[in-house]
Amino acid sequence: MSTFWSVFIIVLVVGQVVGALWLLQAFTRAPRAPQADTTGHTWDGDLKEYNNPLPRWWLVLFWLTALWLVVYLLLYPGLGSFQGLRGWSQQNQYAEEVAAAQARYGDVYAAFADLPLAELADNPEAVRLGRNLFLNRCATCHGSDARGARGFPNLTDDAWLWGSAPETIQATITNGRVGVMPALGAALGEQGLNEVVAYLLSLSGRGAADPAAVQAGQQKFLQYCSACHGPQAQGNQMLGAPNLTDDDWLHGSSEEAIRDVILNGRQNQMPAQKDFLTADQIRTLVAYVLSLQQG
Amino acid sequence: MPHELIEKKAGLLGILIAAVVSVGGLAEIVPLMADRQAAAPAPGVRPYTALQLEGRDIYIREGCYVCHSQMIRPFRAETERYGAYSLAGESVYDHPFQFGSKRTGPDLARVGGRYTDEWHRVHLTNPRDLVPESNMPAFPWLAENLVDETRTALKMERLRMVGVPYTDAEIAGAAEAVRGKTEMQALIAYLQSLGRANRGN
Repeated sequence: MSTFWSVFIIVLVVGQVVGALWLLQAFTRAPRAPQADTTGHTWDGDLKEYNNPLPRWWLVLFWLTALWLVVYLLLYPGLGSFQGLRGWSQQNQYAEEVAAAQARYGDVYAAFADLPLAELADNPEAVRLGRNLFLNRCATCHGSDARGARGFPNLTDDAWLWGSAPETIQATITNGRVGVMPALGAALGEQGLNEVVAYLLSLSGRGAADPAAVQAGQQKFLQYCSACHGPQAQGNQMLGAPNLTDDDWLHGSSEEAIRDVILNGRQNQMPAQKDFLTADQIRTLVAYVLSLQQG
Repeated sequence: MPHELIEKKAGLLGILIAAVVSVGGLAEIVPLMADRQAAAPAPGVRPYTALQLEGRDIYIREGCYVCHSQMIRPFRAETERYGAYSLAGESVYDHPFQFGSKRTGPDLARVGGRYTDEWHRVHLTNPRDLVPESNMPAFPWLAENLVDETRTALKMERLRMVGVPYTDAEIAGAAEAVRGKTEMQALIAYLQSLGRANRGN
């Protein structure tokens, strides 16, 4: 803050205080017999007002607040660039709060830094810490019960897009994932789309579709889809391509939902957490995710 | 000055009242306007792109600020949840700022990059699809409405008048940048820009 603005603030603050105290002092009168003293104003011919003194208790309170103000302006920043004798600032207060918490809780996550990931899932403390992080950072997509939502994977079942090995889960959380299903509506055409949908429904034992359509759909599938989903449609965890033969349908299992995914494609993204969480924090998150598998 | 004079001259009384009342603002607000440190952008903070700017106007139009603040206060409980506390230099291009004063929903000062675009699309269309316990209203019409491209350049010109450093090229390309975009896309672009710089942590 420049000297000018500092002086500007000091003059205003001090001037305001001095002005208020002067006003108080100037209009304070010693108690007198009320009948003897009026303000001298007369309204409507005969209406007058008494000039009673201010109540003493009120006056004392006012002078006390004035005294407090002087103390306050000496201790805390308030007069321009004067920092106050206590050296208080919001930033210092925050730093102290963080330091106090650090001294009290320590780095709770560091305790698990050296334990193997696979063992962490059996460590109740690691799982508890991981769950806290999960509820804050992950539950908005995966749900507070980790059962996910349409388009956002359920973490409690045994269907894994990218793999369930502890190190794989750790990599998924740390660096995120991008799963791309290209829009194939134009390539397949209306009839091709119907055939592929018929084939996919037959894989999960649904739909009494006409066998010719299923067979044609399989041919189209091998041509357009098998590069990612595999010739048996069992998916590929290297690419995050889901298994299409099980009962898990991330984007919905209805015929309309499946058709929409093929027609418009999907851009699925798991955001990387490495900018938000420390490596040790991510380890406890992995522990929580692994613990869900045991439930 | 005699008491009687002030009581009988309403104009004088008004002037004196205004003088007393404005002392607080003069001491606390006016010096900040001249303070270079408070008016300088924090490192990495850039003006909103045309699309983000339109998204910001939709944020204001839909009243998001009524339930969402954009101000992480310097308390550990807040920084643990939301990230580094907000700095004055992060709001220099906000006219007006969206600090807000109520958190029915969470603070959004650093929501950028926290969720994916697709998450925002689904969530804005119907929050209950993702967060069953949410009481946020749904905004499905955002996906149907197109951004009004005719006023984007004008908005940027006006913002330049109050100190946002838009270049002529950015203003000239503004309408093109938002043409054909839905309000949903604009709002998501805005949300994803929030707090990206200076995240701390």
